[in-house]
Amino acid sequence: MTEIALATGPAGGAVLAPRRRFIALRRLAAHRSFQIGLCLVLLLAVAAIFAPVITGIDPSAMKVRLRFKPPSEAFPFGTDSFGRDVLTRVLYGARVSLWIGLVVAVMSGVCGAVIGVLAAQFRRLDAPLMRLMDALMSFPAILLALGITAALGPRMESVIIALTVAYVPAGARIVRASALVVRELDYVQAARIAGASDLRIMFRHILPNSVSPLLVQMTFVFAYSILAEAALSFLGVGVQPPTASWGNIIAEGRDYATEAWWVMLFPGLGISLAALGLNLLGDGLRDVLDPRLKSG
Amino acid sequence: MIRLTLLKLLQAVPVILIVSVLAFLLMSLLPGDPAVLIAGDQATPEAIEQVRRNLGLDRPFLEQLGIWFLHLLQGQFGSSLMLNQTVLSAMAERLPVTLSLAGLSIAITLPIGIFAGSVAAYYRQSWVDSLVMGVALLGVSIPGFWIAILSVIVFSVILGWLPSSGYVPIDQGAIEWLRSMILPAIMLSLFQIGFLARMTRSAMLDVLSQDFIRTARSKGLSEWVTVGKHAFRNALILVITTMGILVSTAIGGSVVIEQVFALPGIGRLVVQGILARDYPLVQGVMLIYGFAFVAINLAVDLLYTVADPRVRYD
Repeated sequence: MTEIALATGPAGGAVLAPRRRFIALRRLAAHRSFQIGLCLVLLLAVAAIFAPVITGIDPSAMKVRLRFKPPSEAFPFGTDSFGRDVLTRVLYGARVSLWIGLVVAVMSGVCGAVIGVLAAQFRRLDAPLMRLMDALMSFPAILLALGITAALGPRMESVIIALTVAYVPAGARIVRASALVVRELDYVQAARIAGASDLRIMFRHILPNSVSPLLVQMTFVFAYSILAEAALSFLGVGVQPPTASWGNIIAEGRDYATEAWWVMLFPGLGISLAALGLNLLGDGLRDVLDPRLKSG
Repeated sequence: MIRLTLLKLLQAVPVILIVSVLAFLLMSLLPGDPAVLIAGDQATPEAIEQVRRNLGLDRPFLEQLGIWFLHLLQGQFGSSLMLNQTVLSAMAERLPVTLSLAGLSIAITLPIGIFAGSVAAYYRQSWVDSLVMGVALLGVSIPGFWIAILSVIVFSVILGWLPSSGYVPIDQGAIEWLRSMILPAIMLSLFQIGFLARMTRSAMLDVLSQDFIRTARSKGLSEWVTVGKHAFRNALILVITTMGILVSTAIGGSVVIEQVFALPGIGRLVVQGILARDYPLVQGVMLIYGFAFVAINLAVDLLYTVADPRVRYD
C-alpha cells in the first residue's frame, strides 16, 4: 500500500506517472503468463550465473574413458564424445547463449530507439533512415545474420553484431510509429513552445513515452536471438568450440544423435525453455503495457 | 489506386539501391585482404594479384561500386569461385528444392495457423484457447533444427517411415517427392504455424469486439455467417500483412532445415559457400534474395490496399 501513500502526495499531478507505473507493475505481477515466464527466465539466469558453483566441473575437461555415458547419478545429462559432462556444458552454454540474447536485445533496442526517434523528429531524415531499414528488412533475418557473421568471422562478437543489425529495423519502425503519435500530443507541443531544444524534446519527452511497445519488442528479440544464435552456431558460423553454446553443443551432438541422444536433447530443451519463458514474459508485458498492441 | 501503386513502386527504388550497396559492402567487411582470403593460404603472390584484378579490388572504392552497379544493370550477379558457374545458374539449379520446401511449408501453415488462431479467438479465455495458444507458443519457442533432428530420429531411424535425407525431384514421381519433402516442410512450418496462429487470434479478437459484429448478431445472422464471413474476412486483411514475414521466415528457416535434411537447395548452397569462403557466391545469393523480398513486400503492400479499401497511405 506504500504506492498509494506515495501517489497521494501534495504534488498531485507530478506523481501521476509513478502511480501509473505502480499500477502497471501490480497488473504485471498478477498476470499468469508473466509469472510463469519470469520464473523460467530467472531460473535459467540463476543457473547460468552460478554455473561454476552448481557443477564444480571444468566444462572442457575431457575424460576419454567416460565417453558417451548415458544420464546417471554422476552425470545427470550424460557425457559427450570427449567424455565431457553435458550438464556442465549446458550450464556454461546458457551463459553464452543468454548473454548473446540479452546484449542483442538491448543493443538493437537502443539503436532502434535512436533511429526511430530521429526519424520521427527530423522529417528530412525520415525517408532515408526508413528506406535503409526497409532494405535491411528485405533480407530474411537469419540470412542477413549469416552473411554478416561470415564476413566478420565466426566469433561471439560477430554473432552479436549480426543479430543486432538484423533486429534493429523492427525496433526502429515501432519507435517511429509511436513517436509520430506522441510528438503531436499537447504536452510535447507545449514543451516546444516553451523553447525546449530538439534533443530535450526527443529524449526527455518523446522517447520515454514511446518505449512501452519497444520494451515488448525487445523481450521477443531476446527470444529470437537465442533461437538465431543456436541456428548460426549449428551451421558452424556462430560461437566456435570448445566454448560451449547451446547451438554448438547440438551441432556436435548431432553426428551421434541416434546413439547418444542426450548430448543434443538437453541443450535443445534449454533453448526451448529460455525462448518459452521470454515469449511468455513478452506476452505479459504486451497485455499490460499496451493492450492495443497486438503482434505475434 | 494507380497513384498508390506508382508511389509504392517509387519507394521501392531507393530500397533496391540500398540493398545493392549493402550486398556490396558485405565484401568490404571482410577483415584483411579479400583477395588473400579468396585465393587461399597457399596461393602465390601472382595468384593473389590475379584474384585482385579479376574482382576489381585494385581499383578505388567508388569505382568498384560503380562497376558493381554496372554489372547489376547488365544482369550480372557474379560468379561462384568453388562451382565455376554464375551465381544465377547455381541458384536456378537449386531453386526447385527451396521453392518446394518453402511452398509446401506455407501451404501447411496457412490453413492450420489461420484455423487455430480463429478458434482460439472465438473460444477466448476457455480451455480451447489456452490449449491452442499453448501449442502455438511452443511452436515459436522450440528451435526448428533441433526438433527436426529429433523428428529424423523418430520417423526415419526408429519407425523407418520416411527417408532421413535427400531430395527427389517432382518429375521422378509426386509421391516420392512428397515423401522426401513432407518432414522437412512440417518441421519448417512449426514456427510459422505458431506465429500465424498468434497473429490471427489477436486480429480476430480485434474484429470480434467491434460494433458491426454486434450488429450482425443482433439482426439475427447465424453465428456461422457472422464469424465465418464478416469477422473472418476482416481478420484476413490483417493476416495478409504477415504474408511477407511468413515467406521471409520460410526462406530463412529453409537455410537451416536444408542443412539438417541434406536437401540440395539454395540455403545449403549459401552455407557451403560460407564454409568454402566463396564470398562472391554468398554476396550474389544475398543480393538476389534481397531483390526478391523487395518485390514480395511490394506485392504484399499492394495486395493489402486491394483487400482493404480503407487503407490510404499519405
